[in-house]
Amino acid sequence: MYLVLFLIFGGLCVAGALNLLLQHHPINSALSLIVVMTSLAVLYLLLGAEFLAAAQVIVYSGAIMVLFTFVIMLLNAGVEERTHGSKAAYIVGFPGAAALLGILVYIFLKQKDHLGGAKLGGYLVTTHDLSSVLFRDLLLPFEVTSVLILVAILGAVALARKEH
Amino acid sequence: MEVSIWIFLLLSVLKVAVVTVILLTAVAYTVLLERKLVGRIQNRWGPSRVGPFGMMQPLADGLKLFLKEDLLPTNVYRPLYILAPLIALACALISISVIPFGKELYVKRVDLFQIADVNIGLLVILGITSIGVYGIALSGWSSNNKYSLLGALRASAQLISYELALGLSVVGVVLRTGSLRLRDIVDIQATHGLLSWNVFGGLQFVAFFIYLMAAYAETNRAPFDLPEAESELTAGYHTEYSSMKFAMFFMAEYANMITVGCVATLLFLGGWSSPFGDLIPAWGGPVVQALLPVFWFVSKVFFFLFLYIWVRGTLPRFRYDQLMGFGWKFLLPLAIANIIATSLWLAFRAA
Repeated sequence: MYLVLFLIFGGLCVAGALNLLLQHHPINSALSLIVVMTSLAVLYLLLGAEFLAAAQVIVYSGAIMVLFTFVIMLLNAGVEERTHGSKAAYIVGFPGAAALLGILVYIFLKQKDHLGGAKLGGYLVTTHDLSSVLFRDLLLPFEVTSVLILVAILGAVALARKEH
Repeated sequence: MEVSIWIFLLLSVLKVAVVTVILLTAVAYTVLLERKLVGRIQNRWGPSRVGPFGMMQPLADGLKLFLKEDLLPTNVYRPLYILAPLIALACALISISVIPFGKELYVKRVDLFQIADVNIGLLVILGITSIGVYGIALSGWSSNNKYSLLGALRASAQLISYELALGLSVVGVVLRTGSLRLRDIVDIQATHGLLSWNVFGGLQFVAFFIYLMAAYAETNRAPFDLPEAESELTAGYHTEYSSMKFAMFFMAEYANMITVGCVATLLFLGGWSSPFGDLIPAWGGPVVQALLPVFWFVSKVFFFLFLYIWVRGTLPRFRYDQLMGFGWKFLLPLAIANIIATSLWLAFRAA
């Protein structure tokens, strides 16, 4: 049951990611990205991270991608122009990607015995557990991340400010 | 005893069918209620010709919309133009699935009064409503019409802005309950009737006010109906839609209203619990005992729908900068202050 769900949404995720690259119109790419984000949320849910799944949908699919589509709509971005692409990308890019994939596969297969397995389905996390992780055990990284986002916002405001 | 998966599936499909039919009927009659009430507010009768007191009007309207020609304007971006109303309606209908309508009542280990009891029910509703924005945004963009695009842009900006206030306003309730499960949230309010409801006993009246305002904005209702402001944008994002596609947007809007009313009832008005608590002794057989909570739930949701329509008939529309200022500069700080005050109060009480 859980495995079937995993296969469906894993497949949907990969298909969305491929479609994102293949589509010519930016709005279709943005919509594919939403599919990817939402299927990822289902995968999180299968791994027992309920809150993370909900946050993924609300923050990424719901808020950030709305801003993406908003900007595409506002700029009325047209269909992308096809170019032949840079030679370097063909010469270095494809072998590079293949090499990276090979290395990752090799490492994972080699270290298979040392890696823990994840169980699909059948978890329950209470808000109490969640908050003690977020606000006690991992308080510093959590707060530092918020400061990082604040700095990014301030940077954006500083860049967008008109000179007088 | 493990119940057979087929019985579970059958009962679930049955539940989904019944809830969908009831919801769509409720949507049709909410439209009628709105036309009637706004009519009375404006000192006229409203629809009164079809059937007794105009009660068959929704049927006639549905038939009219169904039989109208479905126009497909030239130069629309066809896939998204067709997908957009589907997204809007689907999101509006899905979010009702985690809402509990009455006390837990198990038949063959299947809960009769709730389609799915999810541990993070509240977040699921917030998530699905945040996806629903795409229906509006894409419809406006794909229609290739300036009024539609302006309406969709307004709607997106408005929904993103007010989602923050909406999400933060419910944090106080979650803090008090310590759970995101909707049944837990209701159970904690069911002890002393009216007095233990979050809006009174839980001291969440500020949160209730913020939720109400943000919910009006989220459902594009007056006084925040700028995305479809007819005096400036013809009809906003659904200008180019006709026949059933238009009806889908219409149904989505009213289904969202009902869902928002259900959530407000669950979070702030004690869900299906009776306002009198244990003052009235239990009477009647098991059937009455099972249906009485549903009656309370439905009356509270009806109260919200009435409030919605009343507000629409009374208040003028906001100006756009006022709308943004109200959301960001007033509701958001107020929601954060409410969270801090609630946390302090809970910590003080626990100490």
